[in-house]
Amino acid sequence: MLHLGVAEPMRDCEYSQISTRSSTPMETPFKKRTPKRRKWQAFPGRNKFYCDGRIMMARQTGVFYLTLVLILVTSGLFFSFDCPFLSVKLTPAIPVIGGVLFVFVLGTLFRTSFSDPGVLPRATPDEAADLEKQITNCSSSGYRPPPRTKEVVINGQTVKLKYCFTCKIFRPPRASHCSLCDNCVDRFDHHCPWVGNCVGKRNYRFFYLFILSLSFLTIFIFAFVITHVILRSHQEGFLSALKNSPASVLEVVVCFFSVWSIVGLSGFHTYLISSNQTTNEDIKGSWSSKRGKDNYNPYSYGNIFTNCCAALCGPLPPSLINRRGFVESDTSQPTPPTNGITMYGSTQSQSHMAAATPLMQTETVILTNEGSLPGRTSLGGPCSGALPLGGQPTPPTSNPNLSSDSDMLPLRKDHIDGLHHHHTDGGHHPFLTPEEAPSPPGMLPCGSPVGHSHTVQGFYNPASQDSLHEDSVRGLVKLSSV
Amino acid sequence: MPPPPQFPFHNLQELRHSASLATKVFIQRDYSEGTVCRFQTKFPSELDSRIERTLLEDTVKTLNTYYAEAEKMGGQSYMEGCLACATAYIIFLCMETHYEKVLKKISGYIQEQNEKIYAPRGLLLTDPIERGMRVMEVSVFEDRGSSGSSLSSSATSGGSAQR
Repeated sequence: MLHLGVAEPMRDCEYSQISTRSSTPMETPFKKRTPKRRKWQAFPGRNKFYCDGRIMMARQTGVFYLTLVLILVTSGLFFSFDCPFLSVKLTPAIPVIGGVLFVFVLGTLFRTSFSDPGVLPRATPDEAADLEKQITNCSSSGYRPPPRTKEVVINGQTVKLKYCFTCKIFRPPRASHCSLCDNCVDRFDHHCPWVGNCVGKRNYRFFYLFILSLSFLTIFIFAFVITHVILRSHQEGFLSALKNSPASVLEVVVCFFSVWSIVGLSGFHTYLISSNQTTNEDIKGSWSSKRGKDNYNPYSYGNIFTNCCAALCGPLPPSLINRRGFVESDTSQPTPPTNGITMYGSTQSQSHMAAATPLMQTETVILTNEGSLPGRTSLGGPCSGALPLGGQPTPPTSNPNLSSDSDMLPLRKDHIDGLHHHHTDGGHHPFLTPEEAPSPPGMLPCGSPVGHSHTVQGFYNPASQDSLHEDSVRGLVKLSSV
Repeated sequence: MPPPPQFPFHNLQELRHSASLATKVFIQRDYSEGTVCRFQTKFPSELDSRIERTLLEDTVKTLNTYYAEAEKMGGQSYMEGCLACATAYIIFLCMETHYEKVLKKISGYIQEQNEKIYAPRGLLLTDPIERGMRVMEVSVFEDRGSSGSSLSSSATSGGSAQR
């Protein structure tokens, strides 16, 4: 035991040297036992994150790069080949206006593609259990009650709120679940592959400004390239003009085909904004008068101007998912995804593994430091009060909910940097794997106070138990980092 | 920290250390006025014995007015929107939006309410923003009555009292 305690600081230094994150090889040994993970790393949806969580996109981004290339190439050719001629022949304002439009298009495109569209975070296990309880109380007994809906009256219209089985929430009105990103998005419009992201409440105005400015840019380039060719052909003849500026042909072709779709799309979205509908609602005909005489849109403000102002200049709600915050032991984790394991999905297994290692090593430290509780133990974690009972280490029990350990091992390698044993990973881990770990006797009764609310359906038990274990494990790790 | 009120919980941290979580009560969103953020003012029956009805209703009503203020569409929000658009939204790098400012006020208000009203009754409100604005979570604690003045004793007694 002592041996471990002494070797610990040494090992920390070794691992810090190997870790790609630390800059100084001799970091203080007790600075950080576990690397703090950011919430985006534990995000359950199918999104990709860049720049340490600042940028958020859908999983398939190929078409986005195509959009970017088309815009850059066409505009680049325009500025290089057509603008010199036009600025001399006509006015230098042409490249200036073109430049402004180009910058605006790119800015709004990036804003649309990289920002959070309005993703609704998944329910915490406690919330999900509470909802389940309410639903089973209301409906008759049966293994799976019929599709769950709640009706609510909004401005005189009856709206059905559906229950999302993936996110375990009743979707707010106008929210919808995107199957590509596996998230519920507030005021879901559509998933746009061209921008590589969903379009929802938070980025709809950027999307609209993008397609609007792109329509202007496309028409602008189209018009001035044609002008360029015509002016040149006055001087040299048509064929010679084409030969001297071959880029113009390419630009005309691209612009010609883009104009129809983009201008059409802008027109369509202008209509949607002025009537305050989403693409989703329009396609389904939710508020169409064909459904019934009394059917009207309860969200519309009555006049076009207010609707437009609300959509474009209204207040911008902040992101609900807090990508760059740190995953804390206090808050209970959202329910893990039930559909296979993605990099961000197997949070609990990873964090269990992450937390387990230092626990194994710092068993003695826990025992001696038991008294000095840091101020930040959990509010939501029910086991924060239950410290190591009898000084036993509390590694997590196996998680039947999640995939087998063979999945966890390679993931562990990627995500646990700076942790002990990182460099010894040859697929073989010297510390206890979940199956080998003794089931900590102290944990189960600890789980019971909150556990009773989770026992409505067996389905929830593993998830809630896991989160309880994780909370307590994390709490212990925090202790050891004092 | 503020002087101890009539209940044993001197501050929120002591509440968390020494009390065990009995249950969580969720106050759901009220969508009857559309997609605006509002919480139901209907009093949850589980809290009947723990807190006076009017206190909780007042808290929820005040929060609803805060949220309405955040989402209000008036001159100020339009100005902000147009200015942001004109600067290609770069201005948001240096400036906080009106919504964010109100959210800060809200979390300050909730903290204050917790300290003054809810912690002494063994309850704790969670800021709805931490639950994705879906619910207002009220954590109900059971006082095990063993909490001493020192944190270490509360920790160990908490551990043994759990069994």
